[in-house]
Amino acid sequence: MYIIVIGAGKVGWNLARELLEKNHEVTVIESDRRRYQTVEQELEHNITYGDASELWVLERAGIQRADMVIAVTGDDEDNMLICQVAREKYEVERIIARVNNPRNRPHFDLLGVKPSVSATDLILRLLEHEVPQYGLVHLLDLQEEQLEIIEMLLDRDSAVTGRRVGDLSMPEGSLLISVLREGKGFVPGPETVLEAGDEVLAVLDPGREEDIKELFGPVMGGNGGG
Amino acid sequence: MFILIVGCGRVGSSVARTMLGEGHEVSCLDEDPESHTRLEVGLERGWEDMGGQFTVGTGLETDALLAAGIEKADAFIAATNGDNTNIVISQIAQRRYEVPTVIARILDPLRAEWYGQQGLHTICPTRVAIDMLESAVREGAPRSEVA
Repeated sequence: MYIIVIGAGKVGWNLARELLEKNHEVTVIESDRRRYQTVEQELEHNITYGDASELWVLERAGIQRADMVIAVTGDDEDNMLICQVAREKYEVERIIARVNNPRNRPHFDLLGVKPSVSATDLILRLLEHEVPQYGLVHLLDLQEEQLEIIEMLLDRDSAVTGRRVGDLSMPEGSLLISVLREGKGFVPGPETVLEAGDEVLAVLDPGREEDIKELFGPVMGGNGGG
Repeated sequence: MFILIVGCGRVGSSVARTMLGEGHEVSCLDEDPESHTRLEVGLERGWEDMGGQFTVGTGLETDALLAAGIEKADAFIAATNGDNTNIVISQIAQRRYEVPTVIARILDPLRAEWYGQQGLHTICPTRVAIDMLESAVREGAPRSEVA
């Protein structure tokens, strides 16, 4: 794929490095001269200097043939508009925009810039992962499709530990899709008996978290766990 | 009409004073509290005393837009010193708050043209300057004719 990355900050630089390692064709666009010179020493011809807000800079980077545009500058307005122009003017099929201030996310949505990724939100997710009392972890939100996938870690105190999957009364709009046990994943059947230490993945309609928590709780009853 | 102007620099403040003078309701939004001073240049009384409204904040903050009265605005002018800001907030005014008249100042001629084609009313001072300079040069007489 031909991928244009906007912004050669920590995120953009590392992203470009990873994408190049995976044998994609990559052009990074950076508008700060000094930053450009630093990164250019490593990325060489894979980085170009210019303000990607300007259409001719995007065109010079070959946006017409780009398969993907990823805007990860520190400026939300830049990321929003570059992605909007990429999609609507240049008909780039895939775009990804970084949200710096989570409060700006509605603006990204309003301009049709999806998906957008917010580091703050991701860190919140990680927090959920690390802080046991949350009990469940969001793995994926499919906003368009109105679905989410969550992960729950079962312990001895969990109400479902030791019970058959077929006997659980799963809330409407939820489905167990996978169990990870001792490093291996499998799709549970009605006969599967859940064990302490299982990580259970479920797909949910949005807003079903509380029902699931109730059924699977009390999860991680204060023993620290991990 | 109720006119909301975001960006109270030379352009925004001047348009604001004129519109207020013509009897419109005018509300200005600017992130710099000092820009209030510019609004009052040449006025005999204070901006608020003359019926004007002034709010400190940016056009990306929903709270600020609401405080400045975007929900009742008949016209919205995006005149900050940043093209990107103007393009984003004018689309917010148009799409989210359905302001009937939305005008964005965009200095970059290429983007002014493209967003104009997308249904945004854009004013490009750079384009105006280019056109005027070109015609001024064309109108000039060659050296031989002057002498």
